[in-house]
Amino acid sequence: MNDYWHFFLNDVFPALNQGLWISIAVIVPSALLGLALGVLVGSLRVYAPAPVRLLNEVYVSLFRGTPLVVQLFFWYFALPHLQIGDLRIVLSPMSAAILGFTLCSGAYHSEYIRGALLSIRHGQIKAAQALGMSKTQTVLWVVLPQAMRRALPGCGNEIIYLIKYSSLASIITLNELTGIGRTIAKQTWRNIEVFVALGLYYLLLVTLATLLLQYIERRLALPGFSHARR
Amino acid sequence: MTTPQPILRVEGIHKTLGDQLVLNDVSLTVNRGEVKILIGPSGSGKSTLLQCLNFLHHPDQGRIWLDGREFKATSRRELCAFRQQVGMIFQDFNLFDHLTALGNVQIALIKVKGMAKAKATHRAKEELARVGLADKMDLYPAQLSGGQKQRVSMARALAMDPKVLLLDEPTSALDPELIGEVLAVIRFLASAGMTMIMATHQIAFSATMAHEFLFMEKGRIVERGSPVHLLAPGATSRTMAFCAKINELSGDLGMAERRCASSSSALADKPQGGHGTT
Repeated sequence: MNDYWHFFLNDVFPALNQGLWISIAVIVPSALLGLALGVLVGSLRVYAPAPVRLLNEVYVSLFRGTPLVVQLFFWYFALPHLQIGDLRIVLSPMSAAILGFTLCSGAYHSEYIRGALLSIRHGQIKAAQALGMSKTQTVLWVVLPQAMRRALPGCGNEIIYLIKYSSLASIITLNELTGIGRTIAKQTWRNIEVFVALGLYYLLLVTLATLLLQYIERRLALPGFSHARR
Repeated sequence: MTTPQPILRVEGIHKTLGDQLVLNDVSLTVNRGEVKILIGPSGSGKSTLLQCLNFLHHPDQGRIWLDGREFKATSRRELCAFRQQVGMIFQDFNLFDHLTALGNVQIALIKVKGMAKAKATHRAKEELARVGLADKMDLYPAQLSGGQKQRVSMARALAMDPKVLLLDEPTSALDPELIGEVLAVIRFLASAGMTMIMATHQIAFSATMAHEFLFMEKGRIVERGSPVHLLAPGATSRTMAFCAKINELSGDLGMAERRCASSSSALADKPQGGHGTT
């Protein structure tokens, strides 16, 4: 028993804690940027003129239609081989991961946002226009604040999912939680202990995110917008 | 008011929705302080006409003048400026569900008129007090009754200082016991000299303050005139027949004509061209 504690306290926890910070450094910007991108793309898919809408549809089908691993490989391994003039983009593992996760989760978020936008009664849009609001003002001040509340459960789901698929960053050499976990496991051959601990770290992250999302949902709750009780 | 001052004038409005001609050569003029009532069976084009008057529907043909200036919907900026001057009240209120009563009235003042927040709040409170909702301004639409919602929507439109107010069956979605409070606000506005065009089935009520009835059928204005004239005892107008039918449907068989007649006789002492409330 003492040996176990020793192993966890001296080897597993310190290493995983380090990886935890790197994971967080990937997850937080990806979640925020992904959500922002999703709101933008979702709105454009509903309200933009046809050519812009089409462009956004292409983006979504591309990023929902290909495996995330392949996308990450592309950003990290393939992008440096593309040369436009003198421009050659080489991304660090961290940047490649954030870029890949943002673009992927943005595509999924946009779907939740689009659904929520379509659920807003058209009469309110007419009323806003009758008051002299432009289309952009209407979307910004009338439709989106309501749509965001409706999309929150779905978007929250996507963020939870992002926390877990952030583990894929390890295959483009980023030493985040999973990457570090695999290294310790390889070095010590104590697969059970390491991977159980690793799983618990993710469970902890997801639990914290769930609590945070519930808090946000409660803070934004308005009469007439409750999803739970109806 | 000696010489009539046209506020809103439209000429030859045509509108096709789908493959149906909904408005067929409609023309009308509203002078300052006048109340015009659109009546007619549903599907006759009343609602579409009102929505054409502030370009929620763009007319296919026709010309529109607001306060003496012809308006051509050439740019979006001009369109928004035009709509600010033409208030609209909808049948189903269309309040912004995520904003309180105060927020509903305030938002266009801040975002469209660029008013400072404190000033907009002050103005919004004033407007809400005017429709009798000073104590309800922190409630959300989901917490208000239908009549209260409609009054908020009137405060919201009035806060923009419109030159003319369009009302699209403002009481049709209300429970009977809630209609009165909305009608009271409309009556108050009429007495305060607000220029209004209202589509409604509340014929007896509107007869007491209308300067002109416009009877629409199949996209045309087929009859127009003062309620006194159209609803005179024994009149053979379309308006009279329609009015009788409405009353019949609401269960006053036989009473219908007398009802119409009595509502018009109440007008006998109403000065023409004024806007008293009898």
